[in-house]
Amino acid sequence: MSLAAVAASPATTTAAETNGFLSPTGVEIAFLLVGLVTLGAAVVTVTTKQLVHAALWLVVTLGGLAVEYLLLTAEFIAWVQVLIYVGSVVVLLLFGLMLTKAPIGRSPDADSGNRWAALTVAIAAATALVWVVVDAFRTTWIDLDGAAAGSTAVTGASLFQNWVLPFEALSVLLLAALVGAIVLSRKAAANRPTGSTALGKQPAGTDPATSDEQPSRQGKEGAR
Amino acid sequence: MNDVLDVALRLLIVFVVFLTFPLIVGQTEHKVMAHMQGRLGPMYAGGFHGWAQLVADGVKFAQKEDVVPAGADRRIFQLAPAVALLPYLLVLLAIPIGPGEGAVGEVIDAGIFFVLAVMGVGVLGSLMAGWASANKFSLLGGLRTAAQLLAYELPMLLTAASVAMAAGTVSLPGILDAFEWWWLPWQIVGALVFFVAGLAELQRPPFDMPVADSEIIFGAYTEYTGLRFALFLLAEYAGIIVLCGLTTVLFLGGWHGPWGADGLGWVWTLLKTAVLAFLVIWLRVTYPRLREDQLQKLSWTLLVPLSLAQIALTGIVKVVIQ
Repeated sequence: MSLAAVAASPATTTAAETNGFLSPTGVEIAFLLVGLVTLGAAVVTVTTKQLVHAALWLVVTLGGLAVEYLLLTAEFIAWVQVLIYVGSVVVLLLFGLMLTKAPIGRSPDADSGNRWAALTVAIAAATALVWVVVDAFRTTWIDLDGAAAGSTAVTGASLFQNWVLPFEALSVLLLAALVGAIVLSRKAAANRPTGSTALGKQPAGTDPATSDEQPSRQGKEGAR
Repeated sequence: MNDVLDVALRLLIVFVVFLTFPLIVGQTEHKVMAHMQGRLGPMYAGGFHGWAQLVADGVKFAQKEDVVPAGADRRIFQLAPAVALLPYLLVLLAIPIGPGEGAVGEVIDAGIFFVLAVMGVGVLGSLMAGWASANKFSLLGGLRTAAQLLAYELPMLLTAASVAMAAGTVSLPGILDAFEWWWLPWQIVGALVFFVAGLAELQRPPFDMPVADSEIIFGAYTEYTGLRFALFLLAEYAGIIVLCGLTTVLFLGGWHGPWGADGLGWVWTLLKTAVLAFLVIWLRVTYPRLREDQLQKLSWTLLVPLSLAQIALTGIVKVVIQ
């Protein structure tokens, strides 16, 4: 979703020197506060021992990100963020958690042995992303008083004029993921009759349901 | 100061609409269902044809004890009704009922995306309730809700996108400004798909598998009593208002009317919304509940292809007339 920043850039090349860090405006303060809340919710998401709570904290995190997009005047990106991530991805997550009967209360086995490796990867990824964004925009400021720099029209124009190649590449990638998901689910269905011993014990709907829902999400993202 | 007053007034009007319209639809449902089934419906509360029945229901709900099951996840259980209800209040803000800037709670640039996104969030309430109740019927209801949402949000989005293509804008007032009468036959397939998918998202009959009272005892809401249960019910009826209002705005031309009555645009909007709400009630009385697999099949094999065809048609006509 870094497109928001990219899309906003052409219209926001006002000089940075006139804006200091020491006299923040109300919007900047709100941006920082929402950012802190988002960060806090993200940390709780990965540290909480209650699985469904983690998914719900993820809603707060993604919602916080949407508010940040709004504050950066990227309205379209904000609503798409809510539509795709809160409305579909988190619903899919909750669906999976319910199917696997996520317990109410703590799951003692929710901790992974790989947590240090995960932390390292997360920090590396975060550093790379922050570095790229900071290096790309440095002291660019968005003029909040003028026309919205991230309105639907501006976003659409820059997406389909300047960034149409990455956009098409992404569509092909998502299409490949969609086809791959269908192939994988077909294979799982073909294998089932051989392992007929498990049929009686397991709840019959578990596996096909999860693999059925996978393509639906991909399709939705592709449609976007 | 004038701006503040203006905003406050708009919020107040939307809030009043939010509190009263669902009750009107609920009362209409009582009476319409009753008459369609050869009954009279509520006749006593309030005197005239039982008009105060829902007020009496509200008082009853408020008096009931608020029970949280011992095994439930307390905080999420209590939070769920608010998550289910509030999104519909937000959506009402964006629906224009008349021409001009004055007749909408708040003009939102990406209006279609806003309403669809926020409506999707409302379903999280049912999921939270289903999981946090620590009840197998509730869990089943939650699962069915999620499966239904994933199936029906796609056709809804696609048909809304078709209208946006036709109008060349994603803002709801902008779509109404661009509306012409011949959009009605042009987008009729999209309108049907949108309305059906919306019914499914609201879990109204015949798509009420997730709440199916005769088999999983109201699904995610099994454990709820008193005010919290009333909030879920209110969310359902507010959802009807929102869905009918959106269908009116996107497909039926909102405040446009055949005799072009100036200043009476809001009457047209309300009239169309009311007719659609009547249709929702009618469907509830008419059709039996779909089975879960029929429900999924209807979406993936009928609604999604139809909405894709509608998009193709919209694109072709749009290119031809330019």
